[in-house]
Amino acid sequence: MTETTTNLPAIEVRDLVKRYQKSKTNAVDGVTFSVRRGEIFGLLGPNGAGKTTTIGVLITSVIPTSGSASITGISVAGDPIGIKQRIAVVPQMSNLDRSLKVREILTFHAAYHSVSRKEREAKADQILDELGLGERKNEKVNRYSGGMAQRLMIARALMHSPDVLFLDEPTNNLDPQSRLFLWDRIRALNQQGLTILLTTHDMMEADKLCDRVAIMDHGRILVNDTPAELKKMIPGGNALEIRVRLADPADGAARERLIHALEALPGVSKVEEVDAPAAAGSAPGPPAGAPAGPPRPGPWGSMGGPGAGAPVPEEPGIVTYRLYAETAGTLAGAAAQAVLSAGAEVRDLHVKQATLEEVFIYLTGRHLR
Amino acid sequence: MMRARSKFSLAVSAFFATIERDVVVTGREFIPFLLQALMQPLFFLFIFGKVLPSIGLAGANFVALLLPGIVALTTLLAAIQGVTLPLVLDLGYAREIDDRLLAPMPVWLVVIEKVIFATGRGVIAGAVIFPLAYWMLGDHYAVRSDRIAILIGMLLLTACAAAGIGLVMGTVVKPEQISLMFTLIFTPLLFTGCTYYPWGALGTIRWFQVLTLFNPLTYAAEGLRFAMVPPINGHTMPTLGIWWVLLALSLSVIGTVILGTRTFYRRVVS
Repeated sequence: MTETTTNLPAIEVRDLVKRYQKSKTNAVDGVTFSVRRGEIFGLLGPNGAGKTTTIGVLITSVIPTSGSASITGISVAGDPIGIKQRIAVVPQMSNLDRSLKVREILTFHAAYHSVSRKEREAKADQILDELGLGERKNEKVNRYSGGMAQRLMIARALMHSPDVLFLDEPTNNLDPQSRLFLWDRIRALNQQGLTILLTTHDMMEADKLCDRVAIMDHGRILVNDTPAELKKMIPGGNALEIRVRLADPADGAARERLIHALEALPGVSKVEEVDAPAAAGSAPGPPAGAPAGPPRPGPWGSMGGPGAGAPVPEEPGIVTYRLYAETAGTLAGAAAQAVLSAGAEVRDLHVKQATLEEVFIYLTGRHLR
Repeated sequence: MMRARSKFSLAVSAFFATIERDVVVTGREFIPFLLQALMQPLFFLFIFGKVLPSIGLAGANFVALLLPGIVALTTLLAAIQGVTLPLVLDLGYAREIDDRLLAPMPVWLVVIEKVIFATGRGVIAGAVIFPLAYWMLGDHYAVRSDRIAILIGMLLLTACAAAGIGLVMGTVVKPEQISLMFTLIFTPLLFTGCTYYPWGALGTIRWFQVLTLFNPLTYAAEGLRFAMVPPINGHTMPTLGIWWVLLALSLSVIGTVILGTRTFYRRVVS
């Protein structure tokens, strides 16, 4: 590789538009982004957001209506052969050549890419062993499980040492073991210098793997940043949850005082009582002091954040308070102090941060596609 | 690294690797392939060349006219199947062809590879008929040997034309329609293709004679008759003019390959 090409971004997409024939809307509607060399870049979005079409343009299987795309400085439209030489694609569903045996799938792939016979034979064995497929390399893929097929497709992609790897929902439908294994492999490959563009619905996956994430919907990129920055978008996304045992659950005035004390902590924008004793069947009657204001689901909604699914308290007087604050992590000491000062005891305390999933739902809405 | 190689040499390498892939896959099922290609012609030869003449229902010379028709049909079927069935799989739900489409070669070269490979299959299937017929027909085996170059050319052109037809069918037909297609396309193709009768003899059914001219198999069978049927009792059997045959088959090849490449693009590039 020459100096000039190293400085160019691995992937560059400018004002990309794709409208399929007979369609009234643009599948991709003016998308611009770039991926640096050595980055893992995640393209997230609901079904039909335009992710697969965007990848299609980059891998030369979709002709853009307008706009441009290039990989390592090579124009996708101008030099598709040069592009194919430098990329590898792992699709959502298996497209393995079922007429070939497992090892042949790798050696032929390498042969298509002009890798010498000696090199491809050696490399096939090495990669198959690395991916734990060495023992079943002379079978046909019909007998392979989903996880094995996925690993084999990754093995195949690596046979011609690409610069950029496209992974379209790589861990969709995989068992947890396969998924963890793939994550490790993806990270390891990235550390060896491979640039990776992946699409996924799995927000935890995107959060764990990606250096940067773009969230797409209706053919447009809504946001494009690091997962950490994106999570700051959620208003009140960070919170401190503190579970306490009240000295006397019936003492409404004491509870009010505690809430006020918590609200008074620096940076706290709001305090919410999450699971009041009234919610539990074993609670000794309704509390005298009702929680301040009607209980609100907050940005978590019913999506199963730790707060929403918190265990029902087994003993009376257990209450969880959620303190919304950007700097939730620094409040732990002060909050615990406030609880103790109010005569209650701390049972549990943890910092809850916004997840990428919350950002995703916040941006794309909850309706089904 | 390999980056230094020219686009041309990359594409050539990819092309030959694709050919090698098809050879390996076909080689693995070579016996089934031969059985599939040869079962029907074998029985045809047996019934029409052996049984019917023996019980006096067909003249002894009939088989000399029939053999080129059978070679044409066998070549045609083997070549069509050699491209249609793999293509339907390749372009089907699992898109097994993706890996070859992502090889560093132009998409049309993937199409050309399919056609060339299927042509090879057709030629092999057609050529195997000769020793089989020799073995089965014994004394009745009659093929002239002075037009061997035309014979080889006709086999190639027939297979190539058939591969073109197969290409169009394989890119147009959906997997679930495949058995219907074989009935709807093959049956008329088979019976209007002058396989079992010489074209010249159709003069009394003029409309049918004209109809057969729209079937590439007619030209294949007639061209092979020209190349194979020896003079009987001193006079040469009349066939369609060999130049017309070559022209019609060449046009068929060009037309179907162009059309098939377009339909192929429509399936793989959007």
